[in-house]
Amino acid sequence: MKILTMPSFGADMAKGSIVKWNVKPGDHVSKGDIVASIETMKGLIDMEVYDEGTITKLVAVEGEELEIGRPIAELQLTNEESSNNKPEQIPTDAALPSVETITTQVVNLSGKQDKEDKKTPNISNIPDHSELKPKPQIPKISPAARFRAKELGIDWRQLAQGNGPNGALQLNDINAVYEMHPEPQESPSDLMRQAIASTVSRSKRDIPHYYLQLDMLLDNAVRWLREHNADLPPNKRILINAVIYSAIARALTSFPAFNGFYRDGHYESSDSVHLGNAISLRQGGLMVAAIHDAQHLGLIEMMEKITDQVNRARKGGLRMSEMQEATVTVSNLGDRGSDSIQSIILPPQVAIFGIGRQRTVPWIVDNTVSCASIVSMSLAADHRVSDGHLGARLLNKINKYLQKPETLI
Amino acid sequence: MNDQSITYREALKTAISEAMRSDERVFLMGEDVGNYGGCYAVSKGLSDEFGADRVIDTPLSESGFVGAGIGAAMGGMRPIVEVMTVNFSLLALDQIVNNAATLRHMSGNQIGIPLVIRMATGAGKQLAAQHSHSLENWYAHVPGIKVLVPSTVADARYMLAMALADPDPVILFEHVMLYNESAAIPAPKDCPDMHQAVVRKSGNDISLITYGGSLSKTLEAAKELDSHGISAEVIDLRCLRPLDTHTLYQSVEKTHRVLVVDEGWRTGSLAAEICALIAEDCFWSLDAPPSRICSKEVPIPYPQHLERAATPQVAQVVEAAMKLLNREVPA
Repeated sequence: MKILTMPSFGADMAKGSIVKWNVKPGDHVSKGDIVASIETMKGLIDMEVYDEGTITKLVAVEGEELEIGRPIAELQLTNEESSNNKPEQIPTDAALPSVETITTQVVNLSGKQDKEDKKTPNISNIPDHSELKPKPQIPKISPAARFRAKELGIDWRQLAQGNGPNGALQLNDINAVYEMHPEPQESPSDLMRQAIASTVSRSKRDIPHYYLQLDMLLDNAVRWLREHNADLPPNKRILINAVIYSAIARALTSFPAFNGFYRDGHYESSDSVHLGNAISLRQGGLMVAAIHDAQHLGLIEMMEKITDQVNRARKGGLRMSEMQEATVTVSNLGDRGSDSIQSIILPPQVAIFGIGRQRTVPWIVDNTVSCASIVSMSLAADHRVSDGHLGARLLNKINKYLQKPETLI
Repeated sequence: MNDQSITYREALKTAISEAMRSDERVFLMGEDVGNYGGCYAVSKGLSDEFGADRVIDTPLSESGFVGAGIGAAMGGMRPIVEVMTVNFSLLALDQIVNNAATLRHMSGNQIGIPLVIRMATGAGKQLAAQHSHSLENWYAHVPGIKVLVPSTVADARYMLAMALADPDPVILFEHVMLYNESAAIPAPKDCPDMHQAVVRKSGNDISLITYGGSLSKTLEAAKELDSHGISAEVIDLRCLRPLDTHTLYQSVEKTHRVLVVDEGWRTGSLAAEICALIAEDCFWSLDAPPSRICSKEVPIPYPQHLERAATPQVAQVVEAAMKLLNREVPA
């Protein structure tokens, strides 16, 4: 038995709510299946499972907001389905003492602490539950009141009893609480702003950044793309971004010190390049979606991936794995914006690339000035893991790939 | 009453004679509808105008004459069949449920049954347990028929024409306590499409959903609730099948509370169906449990005080509504 919990989509996410279950008890799931849509401050994310098995129980209901790590469903794994495995314990508020028999586990799982129920002899070895913290009394609440509390951002579980039958909280009770302490309502974009603020502050506080920048000639790439795209309909054309992203991903395979996670005082490089693409959202804020195994993608696949992800990021519908697994990030201001950008590393990653706009400049080759199309690429990297010398070699390697776009297809 | 008002009974009669005048395929048949003028005097005088061929007295055989009506409808006529009370209609249940409701389906859409069946329903006239029940819900259970309940003079006047225009069987239920009700002569605009539920009184605190003979009681209860500072919305279902759920849900989403008033027995009642629908579809809008006032689960008694005690009354509706709003019930 595996307990599925509210996943974290970032170090600064505290809670999420289930918007929709895509499975019901009894459904068979395999690795990669989407089991639920979860609303977070980053938007709507599809939650995947990583195991094969059968959903036996949904613990959380649609609309319920839960802290990360809280159980939301139970999954009977396929490889243990026939065996009589003990269920893993669901974490509860009270730190339950370890228990030996299946029977006592069942009692614990249901959270029952009512002594009258426990007079059967085969569970007489239950530890004395009076040592346990009593479970906090959660008030009853009407569906409408629950809905309104969520709208107003009121944590009704913390409220005392309401004025309804048997102390149930009703709409009036929630409205009264709100009128007494009208808190400015935080919109999703406020929440996202807070999340971004918290991440970048932490990054600047903890990570000793160093910055490098290199102007890279795009003439070859532009010429090659023009030929490639000549007879293609607009939706099949490859844009310069895809070439730049592919060049970065290929180059990173020989520079592991820029592709991985720095956690708890040590660095672990990643075998594959999961290239994070920072996507700005129309409603404000940004999110980073991982292009998995980017080093293996040809330009056409890379282009398709980028387009698809940007669309899904803006509509909602990114997968959990896309949200969590980027090993390095690219921040691209596109045609708008500035000539260059110096970015802030997204912890626990150790490097981020900044792509300025493509522009035409006077370019000197062999003492002759000519017009050239260039892009300024910056690298911000974690000095705990790499040094500037290595970073400069990485930028030059990327530049080499950019000059030979035909090798990236 | 002044000249400008008519009774529910007169409204029905006007509707029938208007239909017979405007469409020669329309005829009326049933027990004692001709010479006697109908057991509730709805068809009094119609046989003088239209003759025994179009206002037909039938033998006391519900199964037989309802079946004849189905046959006539199949043959291109537009029969109006009167059954004295819903209790007696059980003798014709086979014809209605197995034939009228199914023939369009069984014939692969080749045969429709444009039949209108009128029947009296409900308690209040001390007619005891074999003439007083409210079994509308049994028919509302059956796919293939439409079930209408005109509860106002305007509906009595104009719903029949809509029912006759429908290509499938329609049953009209006339609550016995409504026949003597009167109102100003209605205009067609006073009777919206027969499929629509109508908000008879709007309010914000609770939705009182009802139909037929319980409408006037519910409106009275709403008035009393007003005096206690509770603003109740009263919805008249009018059409029990198909239900106009849109109107119901709109109201519940506004008021967050619902009380259904239904003269049928509580178990398996139409009120139960409405509560279930609202619980399913408006769950997150509900601030109190969907509730209902129905008849006591006994055969409707003969003595007047017991008949009253067995059926929904104004005081009960007021009390239940107050309770749903956590208000002290006045002594």
